[in-house]
Amino acid sequence: MAAAGGGRSGAPAAEWGGFEDNMQGGGSAVIDMENMDDTSGSSFEDMGEMHQRMKEEEEEEAEGEAGAGEEEEDGEFLGMKGLRGQLGRQVADQMWQVGKRQASRAFSLYANIDILRPYFDVEPVQVRARLLESMIPVKMINFPQKIAGELYGPLMLVFTLVAILLHGMKTSDTIIREGTLMGTAIGTCFGYWLGVSSFMYFLAYLCNAQITMVQMLSLLGYGLFGHCITLFVTYNIHFHSLFYIFWLVVGGLSTLRMVAVLVSRTVGHTQRLILCGTLAALHMLFLLYLHFAYHKVVEGILDTLEGPNVPPFQRVARDIPAVSNAVLNTTAKAIALTL
Amino acid sequence: RVQRAGSGGGRGQFPGLADVSISQDIPVEGEITVPVGSHSPDEDYSTLDEPVKDTIMRDLKAVGKKFVHVMYPRKSSALLRDWDLWGPLVLCVSLALMLQGGSADSKDDGGPQFAEVFVIIWFGAVVITLNSKLLGGTISFFQSLCVLGYCVMPLTVAMLVCRLVLLAGAGTVSFIIRLIVVGAMFAWSTLASTAFLADSQPPNRKALVVYPIFLFYFVISWMILTFTPQ
Repeated sequence: MAAAGGGRSGAPAAEWGGFEDNMQGGGSAVIDMENMDDTSGSSFEDMGEMHQRMKEEEEEEAEGEAGAGEEEEDGEFLGMKGLRGQLGRQVADQMWQVGKRQASRAFSLYANIDILRPYFDVEPVQVRARLLESMIPVKMINFPQKIAGELYGPLMLVFTLVAILLHGMKTSDTIIREGTLMGTAIGTCFGYWLGVSSFMYFLAYLCNAQITMVQMLSLLGYGLFGHCITLFVTYNIHFHSLFYIFWLVVGGLSTLRMVAVLVSRTVGHTQRLILCGTLAALHMLFLLYLHFAYHKVVEGILDTLEGPNVPPFQRVARDIPAVSNAVLNTTAKAIALTL
Repeated sequence: RVQRAGSGGGRGQFPGLADVSISQDIPVEGEITVPVGSHSPDEDYSTLDEPVKDTIMRDLKAVGKKFVHVMYPRKSSALLRDWDLWGPLVLCVSLALMLQGGSADSKDDGGPQFAEVFVIIWFGAVVITLNSKLLGGTISFFQSLCVLGYCVMPLTVAMLVCRLVLLAGAGTVSFIIRLIVVGAMFAWSTLASTAFLADSQPPNRKALVVYPIFLFYFVISWMILTFTPQ
């Protein structure tokens, strides 16, 4: 990746070959600071030296001019050297500036991506194993359980959840006034993942739990696997009782796993209770919210029960011709569903 | 350790500038022969002086060639080598235009519908590219964007077909036809982009890169399939 990036970064990099060489060093793109200093710093050091020496030469020249009198040869010699020195100084100056700018730009660009690189270092087998493990609560809570600090699985799960939500919103004909369907879905899922992770990390910090931010993100991300399964099934098969069963069983299993892992990393009864209670409540309530916010049957029932009032979710009240008609329709729907 | 051409004596003599000979006759504004990159000056002259029609035709031909590559996905490097984003832009805009006006309250959702499709395609492509780079891919950012954008073409064709079918009627038969067409095009898109992108990955991680691509085209296919004009 470093080679491709360096090779195709365009004309400025190609012009100045010395810089291009440095970007192709090594197969791993995790920036090794010692190597950076060795290979790419040297040209700058040389530039710096040249710069320095030019300044010294100038001073020498100035002294020489002032002190040496007006000999012709000396004058000519100094003239040529002075001219060449000036030209050389300008060119070297330019090279120095361009190089410095390129280095800082490229470094910030590559460093930003490479910070995340270690967290994406997974194999498909590992991802599958972790997905299945996220549904199995651990039994040993006296021994701190290992959490893999990986971000690929959680990120893919969040995007899958976004896709499933989109599907749910489309089939329930949800009308979003402020914003777009996509924006709402992405905002909800990412907001939950990042927001609740940060909040739990903060609580864990208060309760002295042994967990880092990346581990918390990873744990919560894999916990969304249960949500994905539940929503995928229940957005297509609209049985209320089915949803509650899934909510308790699947949601409960993934919550139990997260809770068990957290408990194993915390000491003290009160702290354990706070952490686990909060996480369990947030996780289960989120699944409930996702189901009820974007669900067709519930929408119909709400409309009839509340009449012309606008429901609290981002929906517009439909035109209901007459209450009796609507009640008839909903009853017919409910009967059809139960049959 | 790389030997730079110009490390010379290291005594501050500016060996790179040793070739520069300034004599009193030549004004300072002359050319300095500092070795620049591999551009031959002929290229620049030819693209500046040729008629506009030639420039446009050349670009159109390049875009057309890439479309053909997507239609018959072979492992060729032409799509990757000269990437351009004209094709993806045209496809994205046409798909977004065709998907407009397809929800219950069309006077409110006309605007966001276009923006939605646009954002989904470009944001999704950027995320997939970043993901494949983070997983150790050897392909560059814009090359990946180019491939993903061009591989939206089968889905645009599917959208056209769906609209034509919907003109005829909106019953179960038309739904089945649309389902089959969209499904086939979705598979084609995914296979085409996988053929280009998965090669740039280490062999045991192909599945990790293919899944986001699958999800991306699945979301677009889903938007096409659930489109019902009002």
